[in-house]
Amino acid sequence: MTALVAVTLTVVALAGTAVVLADAPERQAVTLAVFGVTLVVLFVVLQAPDVALSELGIGTAIVPLMVMLTIRTVWKDKQQRERREQAPSDEDT
Amino acid sequence: MTRLARLIIFLLAGGVVAVAFVLATLDLPHFGSDHHPYRDLSVPAAVQHHTANVVSAVNFDQRAIDTFGEESILIASVVGAVALLRPSREETERRVPDLGRALESTRLIGYVLLPITLVLGIDVVAHGGTTPGGGFQGGVVLATGLHLLYVVGSYPALGRLRPLVPFEIADSAGAAGFAVIGLIGLGSTGAFLGNFLPFGQLGQILSTGTVQVLSGVVGVEVVGGMVVLLSSFFEQEIAVRPEDG
Repeated sequence: MTALVAVTLTVVALAGTAVVLADAPERQAVTLAVFGVTLVVLFVVLQAPDVALSELGIGTAIVPLMVMLTIRTVWKDKQQRERREQAPSDEDT
Repeated sequence: MTRLARLIIFLLAGGVVAVAFVLATLDLPHFGSDHHPYRDLSVPAAVQHHTANVVSAVNFDQRAIDTFGEESILIASVVGAVALLRPSREETERRVPDLGRALESTRLIGYVLLPITLVLGIDVVAHGGTTPGGGFQGGVVLATGLHLLYVVGSYPALGRLRPLVPFEIADSAGAAGFAVIGLIGLGSTGAFLGNFLPFGQLGQILSTGTVQVLSGVVGVEVVGGMVVLLSSFFEQEIAVRPEDG
């Protein structure tokens, strides 16, 4: 049991490091979901199914989804602004 | 503030937190040992109120006031996010065409899993007092399950299935329900959120007194809150366009 805890904790630490080292926010959103799954396994190993269920829903589904939606909205906004700057319409001039 | 000044402040503050954290945890029972003072108090208290899921007994009975605070935080953050994400004056909402780009196999899995996820979510909420899970977990499962409709590729279908107003009402009604149950507990037992209902038989779905009721109320609030929260993110991403775009 102790060995299992040690292995799971190591996997959690590795996945957490991967999130930090991911170089772009959209990659971080995906690695964050993977990190969430490793936490779920850790909580199950530590016999905390209630916390595991919460982490499964929030950490692997809701939070990465919100991060991805935010990133796409920011991109879209940036693209539109750049397009407007490159080709000024008649109204602007 | 320069980079060096920030680093110094971080090192000072981080050092204080590190020292305080170590001092605070020195007297805790060791990891993996058999000495659990909190367990020895909370498990008998849960059994006394015929609550098989001790975690739910802690959340909704012994420390229900903490959960009340957390639910208030949840509704406050949902309201804050919705206020920030509402379409501004320069933006307009547009009708979204039914694109249906998802693969056939993805759609099939989505449609098969949608009812299963919803039933599972209701089950997790309904058995909060007896098996692992409860209002929060079940509510998140339900809210996520509804969004399978988006994964199968139909944003308009998602819009039809979740008219937002009922979910907004559910969010606030859930939070208000928690407070009302707490006040009834105050009136009948003399303590806010006191467990005033009959405890029933240990392990049955209609046991645990108010634990099950509070779990259900939290489930309603979390479904409402999560759906409203995600919908405002979706609206910003899919349906909102700058007016001159």
